[in-house]
Amino acid sequence: MAIGLEHYLILSAILFSIGLYGALAKRNAIVILMSIELMLNAVNIAMVAFSRYIVPLLLTGQVFAIFVMVVAAAEAAVGLAIIISIYRYRETIDATKIDLMKW
Amino acid sequence: MGLNIAFWILAIVGIIAALAVVLLRDVFRAALSLVLCFLAVAGIYITLSADFLAAVQVLIYVGAISVLIILAIMLTREVQRGSPSNRLQIPAFIVAVLFLGGIAFAVLNTPWPVSLAPPLEPTTPALAGLLFGEGGFILPVEIAPILLLAAVLGAIALVREK
Repeated sequence: MAIGLEHYLILSAILFSIGLYGALAKRNAIVILMSIELMLNAVNIAMVAFSRYIVPLLLTGQVFAIFVMVVAAAEAAVGLAIIISIYRYRETIDATKIDLMKW
Repeated sequence: MGLNIAFWILAIVGIIAALAVVLLRDVFRAALSLVLCFLAVAGIYITLSADFLAAVQVLIYVGAISVLIILAIMLTREVQRGSPSNRLQIPAFIVAVLFLGGIAFAVLNTPWPVSLAPPLEPTTPALAGLLFGEGGFILPVEIAPILLLAAVLGAIALVREK
């Protein structure tokens, strides 16, 4: 059976769901950030697959994937800086204990 | 045929590595399996004949972001505490499975207008034309470095000693 668009989209959905579970169910803030990176990668796979199978000569999906990577790099840098800064003040990165702004 | 086998191997490796990221108790091993997952995704890009994106994926994700994550793990002492789940574990699992079911249903029931044209290769000249050429994406390309600069400055300001 030939590999088609659906295979890539299902793979992307599986990776996104795993990342969603990790982002919702984990305590460690770094693991949550890693799950978010997983979700961004899943979205990139979906966009490149659409670009390859729907408009193979336009490459628009690949351009969008490049911009997603730029934003992911910025997000990782700022997110990890926030985590290290929180760790310095509160000695923990447990997301359930960082509840200073909880009403 | 070879592409099919490559896809299945890469997909299985990627999914197992992604599961290891969220299921392993050791944060450091989770980070290493995240690197494996990024490499599998780079291979998936190659099967989609996106050669430039595969190289960028290896450079940015495997090279830079994973180093940042491992550095952050080293700088915090949470490694000893592992990566436990919070009490939302079962609702999160249900949400993820429902999401996956919904997406799979939508994907399999949509008549995609699949084009039979062969893919463009190599993609690098075409991508350069799209990013920097006339009528392309030059404005987002100009905005992206400002975002990166703001992120770098913000990261420095956040972790600087007061």
